[in-house]
Amino acid sequence: MDFKFTDGQLMLQKTAAEFAEKYIEPRAEEIDRTGEFPKDIFTEMGKVGFSGIGTPVEYGGSGGNDIDKVLVVTEIAKKDASCAAILSIHTIFASVLNKFGTEEQKKKYLPETTNGGALGAFALTEPNAGSDAGSAKTTAILDEETGEYVLNGTKCFISGGGQAKNLLIFALTDPSKGTKGLSCILVEKGTPGFSVGKIEEKMGIHGSETVELIFDNCRVPKENLVGKEGQGFKIAMTALDGARIGVAAQALGIAERALEESVKYMKERVQFGKPIAALQGLQWYIADMATKIECAKWMIYRAAWLKVSGQPYSKEAAIAKYNASETATFVTNLALQIHGGYGYMKDYPLERMYRDAKITEIYEGTSEIHKVVISRSVLK
Amino acid sequence: MNIIVCVKQVPNTNEVKINKETGTLIREGVESIINPDDKNAIEAALVLKEQVGAKVTLLSMGPPQAKAALKEGLAMGADEAYLLSDRAFGGSDTWATATIIAAAIEKIGNYDVIFCGRQAIDGDTAQVGPEVAEFLGIPQVTYAKDVKLDGEDILVTRYTENADFLIRVKTPCLLTAIKELNDPRFPTVAKIIEVYDEQKDNIQVLTFADIDVDPTQIGLKGSPTNVFRSFVPVKEKHSEFIEGSNENEKAKVLMEKLAALKLI
Repeated sequence: MDFKFTDGQLMLQKTAAEFAEKYIEPRAEEIDRTGEFPKDIFTEMGKVGFSGIGTPVEYGGSGGNDIDKVLVVTEIAKKDASCAAILSIHTIFASVLNKFGTEEQKKKYLPETTNGGALGAFALTEPNAGSDAGSAKTTAILDEETGEYVLNGTKCFISGGGQAKNLLIFALTDPSKGTKGLSCILVEKGTPGFSVGKIEEKMGIHGSETVELIFDNCRVPKENLVGKEGQGFKIAMTALDGARIGVAAQALGIAERALEESVKYMKERVQFGKPIAALQGLQWYIADMATKIECAKWMIYRAAWLKVSGQPYSKEAAIAKYNASETATFVTNLALQIHGGYGYMKDYPLERMYRDAKITEIYEGTSEIHKVVISRSVLK
Repeated sequence: MNIIVCVKQVPNTNEVKINKETGTLIREGVESIINPDDKNAIEAALVLKEQVGAKVTLLSMGPPQAKAALKEGLAMGADEAYLLSDRAFGGSDTWATATIIAAAIEKIGNYDVIFCGRQAIDGDTAQVGPEVAEFLGIPQVTYAKDVKLDGEDILVTRYTENADFLIRVKTPCLLTAIKELNDPRFPTVAKIIEVYDEQKDNIQVLTFADIDVDPTQIGLKGSPTNVFRSFVPVKEKHSEFIEGSNENEKAKVLMEKLAALKLI
């Protein structure tokens, strides 16, 4: 066994930490308050190559793999969960295109995706198809005469959907086949018949916009089909397996920062004539937080390592995500408690982190769906 | 254009604590970093590389672990790196270090500009850069806060406390960088992956045998400087609250006290 990172991975981690300190930390509070998409940070993440992790250099990417991505997303999430969500979700677009796209699609879309020029989005969820993704109703019927797919339907809760230049839309090319008729189609922003509907107001991750997408006879060339017709459900599930590692890394970053803040505060805050770090009740909180974080961390690293080394990782990714997200809510809850009244105020980052942590238990599959995935895998 | 950048690996002194008994730095468990001013020097070289297609060579002296600083510089975008590492170099003061570095630069040869950081955060002498220029017999401009190419010459804005000097200097020359010069870039992910490829040995090590240097001028024995004793100065704080029934009265007492101390 070998639990060591390479020098290169450690350098990447350090770079991500310094990047986050320089570009993200000073903006985190403002991003949460205004809910504005931090375009400047997205551009900088492209320049330094974070957006290109996992995409081959020949398509403008940075190379690298899911372990590298975990290290970067975690460091960014320590400073702002919104920015981590933006990066993590954006790289899903690139990984789907890289794995399932045609050579032409990769050459056309990957460079702008990886260099910070164009945000990518991934649209699967619908009002009546959340955990039950197979119930999607959006259609994409091929018009043989014009050689175009005609999209109709509504997607909801789509991260980055309004800011994205390119979107992967999951729609039924053959509604009679149900899930087996689901396909993945690339739609560019500004295509007639495609519009952005409701912009959601959320509890947390305010900088990562969440919107409704409306397709009303939206026509795209049939060359925009990603993968084969009917392959959509497989593509979506493959993407979600990888995305779970990203969410887990985000949750880990939130939890690690909450612990750091708590340790700092407990050493500084004096009550009853001594720092509150001397109180055993609070020391035990720290022990619980540190233990859960340590578990979360190594499960994530192992799931990423399994993926990188080409082994099955669905179960491990699900366990890592389920555990890390519950760790994030557990740890931020205790961290806020340790901070007492100050923790509840917006002057400290804990209040924001507490709200941000919750989404990790919900998106890219709820904890409950993860239990389904895990138990199926164990009971098979 | 060929640019050589002198780089030193230093302990991150923001995190360093001092052993009060011995007066030395406690280096255990402290992260090693590229000396901050040297990072500005690397950035300045990389900017010139982008402007005129220069080749950027990094040069450092230190134990084998100093390779880490050079790797980071390569990841930022430098083209090649040399590490001067030999037992014979150990214990060198600034004179001996500059002697060795100048000899290595002569060995590398064919240079137009040498960039150094102003000073290292562990020693704070700011001597090695200027000494290297003297040994090489080339002009130097220290405290550079702006560097521009102007035909064959370089226009350097030299910072001083009272005024900035705009200096035109011919190449080859040596410039020392201050933090106001630029904002060092982050290494890109692709460069990190390329440079840290474990199959690749991209740092060339130079030993005593590789350079032409007088053995009496280097190492502990060749160093004219000897540290007599190092110690932590005792910090004392004295405070006094000025009493008075109103602001005017307090101000008057303050003025009298300052006058008595001949501070005003």
